[in-house]
Amino acid sequence: MLTEPTPTTIQLFNVFSRIGLTSFGGGLSGWMLREFVQRRAWIDEEEFLSGLGLAQAFPGVNVVNLAIWVGYRLRGTPGALAGACGIIIPPAVLVVVIAAGFAALSGYSLTHLVLDGVGAAAIGLSMQMGLIAARRVTTKGAIPIVIMVLAFVAVGLLHISLPLVVLVLGAISVALSYYKVSRA
Amino acid sequence: VRSILLSLVTLFVPLSLVSVGGGQTVVAEIHRQVVSHYHWLTEKQFVDAFAISRMAPGPGTLLVTLIGWQVAGIAGAIVASFAIFAPTALLVYCLARIWARYEGARWQVALAAGLQPVAAGMILASSLVLIEALEGGWLAQGIAVASTASLMMTKINPVVLMAVGAVVFIALHGVLPA
Repeated sequence: MLTEPTPTTIQLFNVFSRIGLTSFGGGLSGWMLREFVQRRAWIDEEEFLSGLGLAQAFPGVNVVNLAIWVGYRLRGTPGALAGACGIIIPPAVLVVVIAAGFAALSGYSLTHLVLDGVGAAAIGLSMQMGLIAARRVTTKGAIPIVIMVLAFVAVGLLHISLPLVVLVLGAISVALSYYKVSRA
Repeated sequence: VRSILLSLVTLFVPLSLVSVGGGQTVVAEIHRQVVSHYHWLTEKQFVDAFAISRMAPGPGTLLVTLIGWQVAGIAGAIVASFAIFAPTALLVYCLARIWARYEGARWQVALAAGLQPVAAGMILASSLVLIEALEGGWLAQGIAVASTASLMMTKINPVVLMAVGAVVFIALHGVLPA
């Protein structure tokens, strides 16, 4: 995939804060995929998904990790700073404002209906990213597919805790890839 | 006030460092500490803060910002946010630097390739859990599926999609049986 010229630090901050301020209902990494890979082609899908895997396996908030990762890949240290500040500070200010106004708003049943509808639509973002990531995994052979299915079953159907799944399946999967890379 | 700010730091810094798999994994522990141990928030206040942090844009972990704000105002919000975000942000930043220095190393290829399928499975699983947990019955689930399809097949702006989701839900929720 062709990538566009590298964005400036200001551009990065602007896009990250826009995502931070408009991502009602969650699914922020899906928004990042949309903005950075699909719309602007600043970073290619493979590199983005590698970053996502690391962001999830590392301690911390996945989307903040991913923002720092993507920011650093695109623009070094200023980019990482732009990613972290953009994705945290504007929505942090907004959430306090919302909390202050919440008592006034929550009385209207329309507010709840809007939030239910937005929340439902927002699931599409994380679902879309899951499907895109899954499509890529299916091109990489049987072992990654088995690992993916196991992760899905463990978290989605058996409700095993995330850290445990990341540590156990992640370690197995990385060890197997290391073995494969070493033999190649 | 200073001792409260200090407590915010000593509570959230360690939680930040053990939150493997995303911020949501430590919510239960945050709840235990903030409501049962420190008595900073009542059960109702915590549930409200949690709901607001989920519906508001931005990372769900802004719950911690709200807790800081309720406990000690603006200073509390800033200190709590810093405590939960800064330690792991620094870690990831170091990882990104090391990663760039050893670009293409064998361990790097193995890590990236090995973690991708785990991430894919987990994202699909959490989407399923979210769909199951939706309030608003099969109408909301239908909107989630239609939204996924639109994103897969078109270049639609997600903001438009959220707006359409809200309008459709308002228009149809009373008309259709739940």
